[in-house]
Amino acid sequence: MTVSEVYKAQELVYELKVGEIMTRRVLTVTPDMTMHQVKNLMRDSRISGLPVLVGEKLVGIVSIEDLIVTMERGELETSVSEHMTIGVYTISEDESVIQALNKFTKTRVGRLPVVSRAGKLVGIITPDDITRGVLKALQVAYHEEEIRRYRASHLFEDIASDQTKLLLTYAVPPRDFNRAGRASSQLKLALGRLGVDPRIVRRVAIAAYEAEMNIVIHSSNGGHICAEVTAERIVVQAIDQGPGIADVAQALQAGYSTAPDWIREMGFGAGMGFTNIRNCVDEFALESSLDKGTRLQAVVYLHLGEVLPDEAKPDR
Amino acid sequence: MKLSQIAKKLALTVKAGETGLDAEVTGGYAGDLLSCAMAGAHKGNLWVTLQGHLNIVAIASLDELAGIIVTENKPIAQDTLAKAAEEGIPILATPLTTFEIVGRLWEMGVRT
Repeated sequence: MTVSEVYKAQELVYELKVGEIMTRRVLTVTPDMTMHQVKNLMRDSRISGLPVLVGEKLVGIVSIEDLIVTMERGELETSVSEHMTIGVYTISEDESVIQALNKFTKTRVGRLPVVSRAGKLVGIITPDDITRGVLKALQVAYHEEEIRRYRASHLFEDIASDQTKLLLTYAVPPRDFNRAGRASSQLKLALGRLGVDPRIVRRVAIAAYEAEMNIVIHSSNGGHICAEVTAERIVVQAIDQGPGIADVAQALQAGYSTAPDWIREMGFGAGMGFTNIRNCVDEFALESSLDKGTRLQAVVYLHLGEVLPDEAKPDR
Repeated sequence: MKLSQIAKKLALTVKAGETGLDAEVTGGYAGDLLSCAMAGAHKGNLWVTLQGHLNIVAIASLDELAGIIVTENKPIAQDTLAKAAEEGIPILATPLTTFEIVGRLWEMGVRT
């Protein structure tokens, strides 16, 4: 495993739920069965622990350790109820795998019955299930991303036309700082999958983020970020329906901002947005009027590496 | 230098994103204006700031930063920590000021 795969595995133990990787078909016994029957069940099914149920209620668990003690004492014909462990540790099916791992470490039990929210036994989980589940999820996640990347990066070659365009549109709600940055980060991910040079992705992502924040902070009713991708260039448009900019020339000056204090306190409103965008892109246009709203257009060419070497860095 | 080594040496408290502590730190940026940080910080940099709200994670993610140090023990919003954990971006806290932290980082050899 590479380092990034290890991180992915660590993420997965937080994401994966016990219910997704547990064993669903659980063999159970009742308290009145004999330990002899338990021995046969364990031997035939090659398992080392059995939940004990009365009706649907979990009343205990009987493990291979309990069986060994019973055999040592020659008490195989006595009932399960005399040998089972009561006060069983359980885990809920919607808890995460990391919680299961913590419980295994803390309690030192070898298996945990899994119960639904209603308290019904729905499965059983062992450390083996966790290892298998995480490895499988890891493989699936890796494979899916590979496929996405492969498909996307061949888009422009595989689809024959005289001019192929991909149009990505993201809605940007106003004043929602919890979702702010979503459009630009999704655009960044999409461009990465399309196989665009990471330096160009960075330039487009910075321009898109600034434009997105402008809509979040200033627009009356939100707006849209659109990115038109062709084999030659990426055109980013940020459009809103108002309130519009009173003096476009003034707004374009570095350091000029109309953001209110509460927004400045969050670190926005430095008056550097348009300057940052201009420094990142090859072409920039801004149209705005107080009755119609604002339309920003920024173009980045995909094959002009020699014009803007390395990463665009605004000179402040 | 790895971020985990820096965290240990400067006695930083890891608030979120432990999974990213193995990252190699390529340099740094200090400042509280998000636009400036986004334009000035680069991949693998460590960002030193007073800001603790959600959008610092967005900036760190866009710029693929190694991590964020929040100085003066400024409160960090719960949703910021949750997002940082999700993105695997370490957020580290310190009672020191930005000035002091940057000075020590520079002395340790973290330079742009």
